[in-house]
Amino acid sequence: MYRYRRRPFCQCSSWMKNEISVYVHLPFCVKKCNYCDFLSGSFDDGIKRAYLKRLLLEIDHYGALLSGRMIRSVYLGGGTPSLLDPSFIRSIMKKLTDITMLKSGCEITIEMNPGTADERKIGSYRECGINRFSIGLQSVNDDELASLGRIHTYGDFLYLYDLLRKNGASNINVDLMTGIPHESMSSAERTLETVCALKPEHISVYSLIIEDGTPFSQAEKKNLDLPDEDEEYAIYEMTRRILSGHGYERYEISNYAKRGFECRHNITYWDLDDYIGFGAGASSRLGERRFTNIKSVEGYIGSDDPVFDEDICLDERESMSEFMFLGLRKTAGISRSDFARRFGKDPSVFFGSIIERYEGEGLLKMTKDRLAFTERGLDVSNIVLSEFV
Amino acid sequence: MNIPKDHIRNFCIIAHIDHGKSTLADRILEKTGLLTEREMQDQVLDNMELERERGITIKSQAVRTVYKAKNGEEYIFNLIDTPGHVDFNYEVSRSLAACDGAILVVDSAQGIEAQTLANVYLALEHDLEVFPVLNKIDLPSADPERVANEIEDVIGIEAMDAPRISAKAGTGIDEVLEEIVNRIPEPSGNEDSPLKCLIFDSVYDPYKGVIVFLRVFDGSVKPGDSIRFMSSGKTDEVVEVGYFGAGRFIACDELSAGMVGYITASIKDLRQTRVGDTITNADRPCKEALPGYKKVNPMVYCGVYPADTKRYPDLRDALEKLQLNDASLSFEPETSVALGFGFRCGFLGLLHLDIITERLEREYNLELVTTAPGVVYKVHKTDGEVIELTNPSNLPDSSEIEYMEEPVVSAQIMVSTDYLGSIISLCQERRGVQKGMEYMEETRVLLEYDLPLNEIIYDFFDALKSRSKGYASFDYEMKEYVRSELVKLDILINKEYVDALSFIVFKDSAYERGSKMCAKLKEEIPRHLFEIPIQAAVGGRIIARETVKAVRKDVLAKCYGGDVSRKKKLLEKQKEGKKKMREIGNVQIPQKAFLSVLKLDEE
Repeated sequence: MYRYRRRPFCQCSSWMKNEISVYVHLPFCVKKCNYCDFLSGSFDDGIKRAYLKRLLLEIDHYGALLSGRMIRSVYLGGGTPSLLDPSFIRSIMKKLTDITMLKSGCEITIEMNPGTADERKIGSYRECGINRFSIGLQSVNDDELASLGRIHTYGDFLYLYDLLRKNGASNINVDLMTGIPHESMSSAERTLETVCALKPEHISVYSLIIEDGTPFSQAEKKNLDLPDEDEEYAIYEMTRRILSGHGYERYEISNYAKRGFECRHNITYWDLDDYIGFGAGASSRLGERRFTNIKSVEGYIGSDDPVFDEDICLDERESMSEFMFLGLRKTAGISRSDFARRFGKDPSVFFGSIIERYEGEGLLKMTKDRLAFTERGLDVSNIVLSEFV
Repeated sequence: MNIPKDHIRNFCIIAHIDHGKSTLADRILEKTGLLTEREMQDQVLDNMELERERGITIKSQAVRTVYKAKNGEEYIFNLIDTPGHVDFNYEVSRSLAACDGAILVVDSAQGIEAQTLANVYLALEHDLEVFPVLNKIDLPSADPERVANEIEDVIGIEAMDAPRISAKAGTGIDEVLEEIVNRIPEPSGNEDSPLKCLIFDSVYDPYKGVIVFLRVFDGSVKPGDSIRFMSSGKTDEVVEVGYFGAGRFIACDELSAGMVGYITASIKDLRQTRVGDTITNADRPCKEALPGYKKVNPMVYCGVYPADTKRYPDLRDALEKLQLNDASLSFEPETSVALGFGFRCGFLGLLHLDIITERLEREYNLELVTTAPGVVYKVHKTDGEVIELTNPSNLPDSSEIEYMEEPVVSAQIMVSTDYLGSIISLCQERRGVQKGMEYMEETRVLLEYDLPLNEIIYDFFDALKSRSKGYASFDYEMKEYVRSELVKLDILINKEYVDALSFIVFKDSAYERGSKMCAKLKEEIPRHLFEIPIQAAVGGRIIARETVKAVRKDVLAKCYGGDVSRKKKLLEKQKEGKKKMREIGNVQIPQKAFLSVLKLDEE
């Protein structure tokens, strides 16, 4: 799984690009959810402290690299970052601001789970510049939450949401999940309508994917009581309809936002802009170089030097392919002139037959400057995206 | 190392499956020694060390052991294994021909079964002395007296004094060993006559070439002799002769009349050493070959294709290697529109097919796509030509066909009366013609049926088992070709004809088969961006149809953040999966779909 093809740094051309995004991975949870296969879990305080120490060291390590660059977004993800003592978050933010410059209006997000934060924490977050709050809700139906293995109820969420608003949070995202156990059209509708009524600025809707090694993957499929293929499609379609009815614009496959509240950080990923990830399992892209830290908390803490799970330098063909399969996830698609600026020629020169075929099938649409999915194309986007790999 | 002939016993063990043949064989080996006392003082052990260093251990079809009998004499036992399945009937008959006697093992709880009878008759045909052994007397349900009576009544051999044993518990084995000495005749034959040996098996060894397993009937053979294979007339010089130790070859000076052993002669092609052939001395040949040699012809054919089309050369290589040790496997290159380059392979039967495909997959690490197995049909054309059809795609246009013939087997089925009705109806469904019905005892019946081979090559055995709750046994032999109303059933996927899915079927079964096949394919073919009709047709007329609905949603709505590699892997997997499918028109068909048609009768 480890692919080591590092080339001399000098070939990785866009190192000197000015802006960069920062991701910090905080893999600590009260308990792991039944579907979760991210690097996370419950760890004791000793490990947490060692992790923070290592994290600050890692940020230092990249100090020289970051010092000349402007930070366009920071994302504190997990795990459950809000589980940690706010002093953790403060010291991370302090370290970042010590060695870099935040761009004005820099989007700084923290992921929170209901039941893990109070007024003190929120106040502390705001003090250190955090201006976007992303809450993992998944569903407003408590039986569905229980079967997902979530630690909270809808009531817990509502309490946190109100608390955030009361403390001046003006940019909130709510994560939802569809295709989950016991879900029906009506329960999904209830979740969507209830959440829209709260008017968060941003809503992400993900599909449950049964991943190997999770409790869900051990269970018999039929015992999970998942919606069937047709029902799931109906829910998926309804999601689009309800959210758009409430003024949320779908700007990526799973992401909806009120105009102007699109997540700056996520767009970094889809636009192949530079980002650096700190913490266990965190990924970075610096120009054509992509690397991922070791995917184990113990392994990460265990070495003061960076240990990579993957460290590759993409060749031009791979970069093009990523440009396509990441960029097309956005409803606006890719810009042909952006592509041409990066790779010298229009995408149709390299991907002509794929584009032509799926344009013909009504899944892609090409305009003067853009290539994007049609609505039907987004529904079946994997079929098309896999062609670009 | 001259062992007097009267101290040699060449025998086999015959039994219905699970009646305890291999357990008894194990016990016999345990109770006897590898070497005679004299041999132990010789250099044999050194040779064995050498063999071991070179890593040659071969699972042998025969083993030689030494038994010190109660009369104080040492006897050489050559125990020759017989393949236990009907597919290998000819091999069984050649193994029996190498023996002078047979131990008939009968489960003293279950009594005589179909294979018991088939094997006994085969042994008696070869003039073997057969003595029965009643096994599993330790079972609570054992009734050796009843079974002894049954053996006397049904087979007509004396069984009242047969050893009552439990091979599993090890009781009664000594008695069996003494019976072997006393009941199995010493080998006949004359050491001074010209050499006459029967080949009953052969294996390929990368160092020694083909190792030929044989029974010497007359004369003797030693290294340096020039030998001739009588069916082909080819001659070779003997390099080594020897016998079978436990799991290894032990060279010796000479093999003489009455002995069982092996020879090597730097032979590279197993097809030269056909089972059943006679070997003689080229300089001093015997007058005539041993009777019974025939070239075995495959009974069942199917297309075998590599799942990954690039591995066609590997598949050819693997088949060639397997053929080194299995002369009854045949293969010819063929091309399918749907599956690309592959081979039409011929097998002795369905078990043989299973064994070969499994070995290809396991030992050669090949992923295979096999087409539905079929039998060899005789197509009589209007112009008088007769084609032996092994691939349904080659069936001439119906206007050119006068009539067709299909192979029919004669089958013996032993069944408990409780399930007689359901077994008779199974045979009827499979177009069986009853030839006889005989009560073995009050509760068990021997049914004799003529059945078309193409009705039993799929799943007859499974159906038999499930409908009789396991209380039926079955054996068959090839009988004859008979005229039959046969049609070719074609499958169209998205209006495109898929050659690899065609098969020949009895006219009246076409509709049912076609419907089941469409239903099965509907499950196997993933949804596409468009709707896919699946149709079954006979002679251009559609007789069944199913539809695979269009895919509505295939989207990765998951947050992987900056972990692009993970996202990429998923897309790669999807692309990989697509590569593994076969493209017919613009429909991707998973390899599995081609196999699913074999399992139409599973509920």
